Amino acid sequence: MDGVGALDLILSGDRTLFAIVRLSLLVTLSATLLAAVVGMPLGATVALTRFPGRDAAIVMLNGLMGLPPVVVGLLVFLALSRSGPLGSPGILFTPTAMIIAQAVLIAPIIAALTRQLVEDLWAEYRDELTAMEVGPLARVKTLLWDARFSLVTIGLAGFGRAAAEVGAVMIVGGNIDGFTRVMTTTIALETSKGNLALAIGLGLVLITLIMAVNAIAWGVRQWAERHAG
Amino acid sequence: MKLRHLALVAALAVGAAHAATTARAQDKSIVVASTTSTQDSGLFGHILPLFKAKTGIDVKIISQGTGQAIDTGRRGDADVVFVHAKSQEEKFVADGFGVKRFDVMYNDFVLIGPKTAPAGIKGQDIVAALKAIFAAGSPFVSRGDKSGTHAAELDLWKAAGLDPAAAKPAWYREIGQGMGAALNTAGAMGAYVLADRGTWISFKNKGDLAIAVEGDKRLFNQYGIILVNPAKHPSVKKELGQCFIDWVLSADGQSAIRSYKIEGQQLFFPNAESAELKKAG
Repeated sequence: MDGVGALDLILSGDRTLFAIVRLSLLVTLSATLLAAVVGMPLGATVALTRFPGRDAAIVMLNGLMGLPPVVVGLLVFLALSRSGPLGSPGILFTPTAMIIAQAVLIAPIIAALTRQLVEDLWAEYRDELTAMEVGPLARVKTLLWDARFSLVTIGLAGFGRAAAEVGAVMIVGGNIDGFTRVMTTTIALETSKGNLALAIGLGLVLITLIMAVNAIAWGVRQWAERHAG
Repeated sequence: MKLRHLALVAALAVGAAHAATTARAQDKSIVVASTTSTQDSGLFGHILPLFKAKTGIDVKIISQGTGQAIDTGRRGDADVVFVHAKSQEEKFVADGFGVKRFDVMYNDFVLIGPKTAPAGIKGQDIVAALKAIFAAGSPFVSRGDKSGTHAAELDLWKAAGLDPAAAKPAWYREIGQGMGAALNTAGAMGAYVLADRGTWISFKNKGDLAIAVEGDKRLFNQYGIILVNPAKHPSVKKELGQCFIDWVLSADGQSAIRSYKIEGQQLFFPNAESAELKKAG
């Protein structure tokens, strides 16, 4: 009976579904951007500098790629709760809390992959950059800029992880109807209501969305590569 | 330079996202920690638009098990708690985290089981039914999540003089999830499960499940509402929260609850004292 439910919702341009899709994209794209801004320079810095305990730092960065979303959710929840250290602004159970949780979840993924990418690139550029006497900060910038097309793929890896997770946003967002309900939490809710067909339909919508974001990124990359000459 | 641009863009995006999504939060709104049964049954979807139309207040529902909902209130992350486990609610008030507890409405629990009735149960006596399940070792799904329904289930086992939760026999399966998930699981494994009637009626994946026991007085399920104590948590929106509680207990709120029906069946029965008095007067 609900087999066509999801399809109906999409075709009729259902406003609730539209709002949920919009919030999903807003939260996950913001989190990806935030994580990229922190993670990419961090990864590049680790790749290009030598410091004591660097090996341990790399192992930790790589290990944090496997951070369980539910643990991230719990930690962010405890921090943002009114009884927690960052509770006073009342961010818990808002989309902002969801952005923070997802950014924490994927920043290590972006940082770890960037570290590997920049380190490999450094092997190619080492002689040139050393000869030009480029300072450490400028090296980070130069290599990140040179790796920008590959960094898009790294950003997409983070985006995919954030878009797919349900554990963290459920805990810190509270799955509030019309306010913090996103695609994954809606799917979990409909499953628990026994609306399995509708849940599958929404799942297909989510997968399609993730595909669309990837397609757009691919198109932009192709275009940019052509025009970058 | 490019990096600085990126940082600027990111800051703007997060700021914009925050503004876009919290603009509404600046309006009049409260957070209510409630249970999966009230949410999954669709009750809030029915009564909240009526409340909003009357007062302009947005009610944000977080649906959790009763134990977790009370904890959310205890941490100060909700303004109002609306749950169904009287002893836990009274402790919450006694500990100073809630201002006062009011009865709102009731429904009842039903024992759900496979239509094939593996333990041979059919009827009204819940205690006899649990004894039969225990004796036959029929699969039984327990919420196992400290929810109101879980607490009620443990009380019923106690009334039967049995304690499978401690002995943990293989047929007794604690899943630690919400009501809907427990029904899905029971359906998939042909198990018995205790459910609130509201969630059961609105549940869409009944499959081979049916009501095995209903109508026992011990299956009574009372819901209560409590304002989180502003003295403990100054962030509590006490006027708006109290406004919601007053409305739920008023003749208007009570009739809104009474009028919520699925397939002609009334899901919740209002029994707030104030409304009773008004009706009597």
